[in-house]
Amino acid sequence: MTETAVAGRHPNELLARPAGFTRDLASVAARSLRQVRRTPENLVQPVVISLFFFLIFVGALEGVARAGGMTDFRAFQLPVATIFAVTGVTRAPALVSDITSGYFDRMLVTPTNRLAMLLGLMVSDLVVAVLLTFPVLIVGFITGVRFVTGPLGLVAFVLTAALWGLVYAGFSYAIALRTGNATVVAQSTMLFFPFVFLTSSLMPEEQLSGWLSAVSTVNPVTYLLQALRSYISGGWDAGAALSGLGAIAVVGLVAIPLALAALRGRTSRS
Amino acid sequence: MVASQLTHSGEHTAIRCEGLKRRFGSTWAVAGVHLTVPAGQIYAFLGPNGAGKSTTVRMLCTLLAPTEGRAVVGGHDVVADPLQVRLRIGVALQSTALDDTQTGLESLWCQGRFYGMRRQEIARRVAELRDLIALDDALDRRVNTYSGGMRRRLDLAMALVHNPEIVFLDEPTTGLDPVSRMRLWEEVRRLNREHGTTIFLTTQYLEEADQLADRIGIIDQGVIVADGTAEELKSGVGQDLVVAQVSGDLAAAHRALADEPLTRFVEVLDNEISVSVDDGPAALSVVALTLAKVPDVDVHAITLRRPTLDDVFLSFTGHHMPAQQV
Repeated sequence: MTETAVAGRHPNELLARPAGFTRDLASVAARSLRQVRRTPENLVQPVVISLFFFLIFVGALEGVARAGGMTDFRAFQLPVATIFAVTGVTRAPALVSDITSGYFDRMLVTPTNRLAMLLGLMVSDLVVAVLLTFPVLIVGFITGVRFVTGPLGLVAFVLTAALWGLVYAGFSYAIALRTGNATVVAQSTMLFFPFVFLTSSLMPEEQLSGWLSAVSTVNPVTYLLQALRSYISGGWDAGAALSGLGAIAVVGLVAIPLALAALRGRTSRS
Repeated sequence: MVASQLTHSGEHTAIRCEGLKRRFGSTWAVAGVHLTVPAGQIYAFLGPNGAGKSTTVRMLCTLLAPTEGRAVVGGHDVVADPLQVRLRIGVALQSTALDDTQTGLESLWCQGRFYGMRRQEIARRVAELRDLIALDDALDRRVNTYSGGMRRRLDLAMALVHNPEIVFLDEPTTGLDPVSRMRLWEEVRRLNREHGTTIFLTTQYLEEADQLADRIGIIDQGVIVADGTAEELKSGVGQDLVVAQVSGDLAAAHRALADEPLTRFVEVLDNEISVSVDDGPAALSVVALTLAKVPDVDVHAITLRRPTLDDVFLSFTGHHMPAQQV
């Protein structure tokens, strides 16, 4: 029997209500993670690129590094590959699709919490960033890299890298929300190149030439790499760990407010 | 308690706009809209592209703030109390805003969660909507496998998940084939007839407004130029129209016809003269004889027909609805 008589509105029955920030955050993140699961091809590129650079850098430069006195160039390179994997892999392109398809407006006419609409995507990003470190770490283990800090250091390594990916995503979201343009968002990943190459990604800081050395001292990725490397080969080093977290905080203090301002702009009715 | 207001006549008012305006840069997209839609009515906003239909809907749906004026939807001011408005309205905007990676069912559940509904409430509404939108097994498939008509029906169902009092449909059938269009019309009628849901729809299709709406507002260049039932609007043009295809001195033909006592008014557009009259069969010969007497005018055809909304549109705006939209 069909229930046609009740398909529409029952008088006096208001079913809609604000779900609250936490439930909205969970709803947005759940939808986003379902999208991730259904489009696994989007994760192929960051994994391939990070592994490609790892193998190329190790293949090309390991001998030079050893001649320069570095004992374990693979351990030195693994954090770089990890940064490649987790940086710029965000739901910003999906957000642009939502904006262009009208799904974003559809959410705006619901009582969904506006902040949860962005932070829910970032929850999903954090999960993805953690997952993306796994293939890199596995290849690292296969090629002989070991963590002197043990399993706890491994966990700290993964969380630090994922946290970096999360704050960096603020730039992508700021651009996505500001422009609503898929091409601009795709091009914005280029912003990452100066971050990752104007630093000790290929050689230790003390071997960088004058100008590059100067730039690397103000590049937050330098301190991030120091922290990640300390977990693998340096041993527990509170100074390195804190300066890594400090670098993440500095980038976060720029990127996240930019994203929040862009969200305000996108959801304002003016 | 249904949150709506009482009008002077004692009816519940679902939507009321007073001098609603919206400016983008130096252009007034909406230049002063006044309208009242009683609860339970289907109101159609008819106008060509760029007339201000969508901008008005976006203001009523709390997506866009008015530059001037005021709007009350479901008893709440759209600027002062947008949340209360959002709880009471369902919205299907121009593009079918769907997530291709989800199934139809997941989309409905997701929408229910955004509306803060409990699991049992969502489950019940989904079961009810299954029948209304007739998507059957397709609800378990991903949206990217849907046809255009199925997408529109899912879009409509998503707008209805939370049981809204008022539903806004922005060009609900644009781009649909005739069969899908009629099917959607039937669903809109059922929703209104069986559940008393107020429907505010915009359309570029005269036929759609004519078929569906209890009342029609004709909007052109950001203002409502006419408002009434389809019959009222058409009778304002006259009971009948005598349309003559002519060439030659159109101004002289216009003058001659305008002087005829039978004529209510005359419109000239390109080579077509439309004479609005109350008694078409009687006027037909008069128009033919009048035109025959005008020097330098050749008559190629004369037809008699009932006015359409396009004639109404023409009489109020001085131009036809763009041809591809009629």
